Amino acid sequence: MSWIISADKIRQTDGNRVGGKGLALVSLAKGGFAVPKTLCVTSEAYQEYVSRTGLRERILLELNRKAFNDMRWEEIWDCATRIRNMFLRKPIPKEIAAELKKAIRTTFKDEAVVVRSSAPEEDAAESSFAGLHESYVNVQGTDAILGHISKVWASLWSDAALLYRQEIGLDVKKSAMAVVIQEIVVGDKSGVAFSQSPNNNAQGIIESVYGLNQGLVDGAVEPDRWILDRKNKAIVSHTPAQRKHWIIAGQSGVQLSALPKKFKNLPPLNSKEVRHVFQLALEAEKYFKSPQDLEWTFCKTDLYVLQSRPITTLSSQKGDDSRSWYLSLHRSFENLKLLRQKIENELIPGMIAEAEKMASVSLTDLSDRQLAAAIDERWKINQKWTNIYWEEFIPFAHGVRLFGQIYNDAMHPEDPYEFVDLLTRTEMASLERNQMLADLASQVRNNPSLAKALNDGQHERINPEFSEAVDRFVEKFGDLTCAITGGTRCEQNSEPLYKILLEMAAHCLSKTGRQPSKDKDALQEKFLSSFEGEKKETAVEVLDLARSSYQLRDDDNIYLGRIEAQMLAAVREARRRIDNYRAGRKQKKNDDVLFQVVENFEHRPQFQSPYKQKPGDDFVIQARQLVGQPAGPGLAKGPARVIRQTADLAEFKYGEILICDAVDPNMTFVVPLAAGVVERRGGMLIHGAIIAREYGLPCVTGIPDATTLIQNGDEVSVDGYLGIVTIGSTDL
Amino acid sequence: MEATEEIQRRLRDLCISQKLAVVSTQSDGQPYASLVAFVASGDLHHIFFVTPRSTRKFANLTSDSRVAVLINSSANEESDFHDAISITVTGMAAEIMDPDRQDVLKQYLSKHPYLEDFARSPSCAVIRVAAKSYYMVQNFQKVMELHINP
Repeated sequence: MSWIISADKIRQTDGNRVGGKGLALVSLAKGGFAVPKTLCVTSEAYQEYVSRTGLRERILLELNRKAFNDMRWEEIWDCATRIRNMFLRKPIPKEIAAELKKAIRTTFKDEAVVVRSSAPEEDAAESSFAGLHESYVNVQGTDAILGHISKVWASLWSDAALLYRQEIGLDVKKSAMAVVIQEIVVGDKSGVAFSQSPNNNAQGIIESVYGLNQGLVDGAVEPDRWILDRKNKAIVSHTPAQRKHWIIAGQSGVQLSALPKKFKNLPPLNSKEVRHVFQLALEAEKYFKSPQDLEWTFCKTDLYVLQSRPITTLSSQKGDDSRSWYLSLHRSFENLKLLRQKIENELIPGMIAEAEKMASVSLTDLSDRQLAAAIDERWKINQKWTNIYWEEFIPFAHGVRLFGQIYNDAMHPEDPYEFVDLLTRTEMASLERNQMLADLASQVRNNPSLAKALNDGQHERINPEFSEAVDRFVEKFGDLTCAITGGTRCEQNSEPLYKILLEMAAHCLSKTGRQPSKDKDALQEKFLSSFEGEKKETAVEVLDLARSSYQLRDDDNIYLGRIEAQMLAAVREARRRIDNYRAGRKQKKNDDVLFQVVENFEHRPQFQSPYKQKPGDDFVIQARQLVGQPAGPGLAKGPARVIRQTADLAEFKYGEILICDAVDPNMTFVVPLAAGVVERRGGMLIHGAIIAREYGLPCVTGIPDATTLIQNGDEVSVDGYLGIVTIGSTDL
Repeated sequence: MEATEEIQRRLRDLCISQKLAVVSTQSDGQPYASLVAFVASGDLHHIFFVTPRSTRKFANLTSDSRVAVLINSSANEESDFHDAISITVTGMAAEIMDPDRQDVLKQYLSKHPYLEDFARSPSCAVIRVAAKSYYMVQNFQKVMELHINP
């Protein structure tokens, strides 16, 4: 058994050891193609590493926390993040590392290399993992190369790879990863070639960019594109690119830079070179006996094949899989920067202006017909912003994820979510709201007669200053009673809000959540000091982007909530009028128009019912310990308060455990009262987890049965370290 | 008769080869058995396992530290009846704190490296069972006892 082998020792039967990419390269070299110098770290090295370090079972434990199908994509991302961190933190055992280093040093001396994934499954599965596993260009020094081998191994368990493997039914227990280490060929121009077009079997395709082809592969650089005729090898068409950037080798790794002026109006390949590349693709097709998808590079006049694989889209036309969607789950830094500008400069101000414009309309002054039209329009406005929320705001959340990966790669932290500490304590709108609520509660606490008036329901005895403060609050954040009473049926009195304020007043709550970590500045300094020069600047930019992304995860819901509140205010006014007409106080016929439009809002959400034993059943099921995702560290115990409908929130008592579907941003005001949080929706970066982290509360997310299996008043322990929730006392 | 050394060797071998044990606790006279991943000290004086603090076994052993631990080599095969070895250990359980906790965790994780996240969680307790007696069953019904002098 060898952990690393040179290309000349690899045999045609070694596919399982060196993976599809490794085998193809070796075949090409043997067939006389120009291929860069190559070493293969075998899948046996991977197996040995995961066995000796205990990672094999740790990964399977992680993947089997709950049924894969019950996991939302966010949970799978969390899972992949934790697994990646395991690889980053577990060094390759000395004996294996020594053998790898020796071979690398002998073959490459101190030259920079490319470290590529080469999964054996790729060959076996008639499917393409292209782009799902990672490859790294321009890595220098044996320690750095070993570090990148670990990262390539970890990419076997990336969220996209996990989803894809699940989709095509591969057994995760059999997954392994080989790694190809290649001498770097710093090409002047590079690209891909399809010996046969996936769309037209009489044609082939060449795409080319200046510099290295990483930009083309991940979509950051637009390529020139040629279509060729397979028979006579003539160029059928050329689609020039808007040549703006290129990818070049930096000190280490690669960087996207502006393309020098002299190249902007010149295609990277002349027609002779295009035919040269196409000829190479056809030869590869002939050699492998199937149409090939080639990556190539020109270094001066020498043309190298970097990798070659069968064109999978031809063979897998039978089933169109979702690989491209999985790949789209990750957004590039450039893409996120543009999105941020749009959100901050255009969308958020647009949302605020829209809400303010609606708020300035005096609904009571509108005729019934005008009110009906206003409801209709507001429904459309709400719909428009909800769509924008899904299409623009949700993808922007990837800013946090991008930063998380960069942070973990640099710091190898024990807690893979340590990076969140650098993002918290930003000025989130819901925290500002909770602060205002805390101030109202403190007025109640310091004024016994006010507290008594609220408690006795004698609202006429409430002092005007307090009423005004409540009004200001409602004006700024919408009517909390809507959220408490179930959204569309807002009650006319503020009883539920007062109940929460009384409860808050009775307990001295931490006013602004948890104290900022003293080490936060040191942590940030430590993170940034692990970069130099341009990379440091990028790290600062990514951190800034992530903070904006993190804050928006909360704020967008609040802003959307304001727009929704305006829509609901119009509906409430309509209901008030309809009730009046029905009570016969005013006889009017044209209530139909209002009635119809209000009917559309009678959409009552389906609430989950508690689990009930079937009559006559001998066995009683009781959940004792449920497993979800650890989303906020800590251990808490308390009686459960199960929120099956928003009206349940009004009953929330200090020290209870909040059990809910998801902490809606419009209901976070009870969080300061809670001892812990349990959510059905899963993920570390979902709103509830973020808020729980801000308040330092233990939090477990992703327990689909939480609101059915846990009952109000059940004694519940929330273990936010392990992601488990224990129900009931310890009595047998 | 087997020498004490021979019995000790067998006990040690079994403790090394087996990953899981059954720990029995009780509450108000109601016995309660739980499966745990364990490690034994080389001198057989102690058995260690890790449990979340919110579990029944933790509550039980906190109120009554007397426990029994079953370790056995059965493989759910017919041959188990003549082949398997089973030992029952009785003793007193207690949670251990730092710095001992860190030393034990190191030993525990070298046997169960995949349990790193679980064992290192602040919500888990590291339990040491101070063994008083070992009861070893082999050849179906042969039982030998080994008592540790206090």
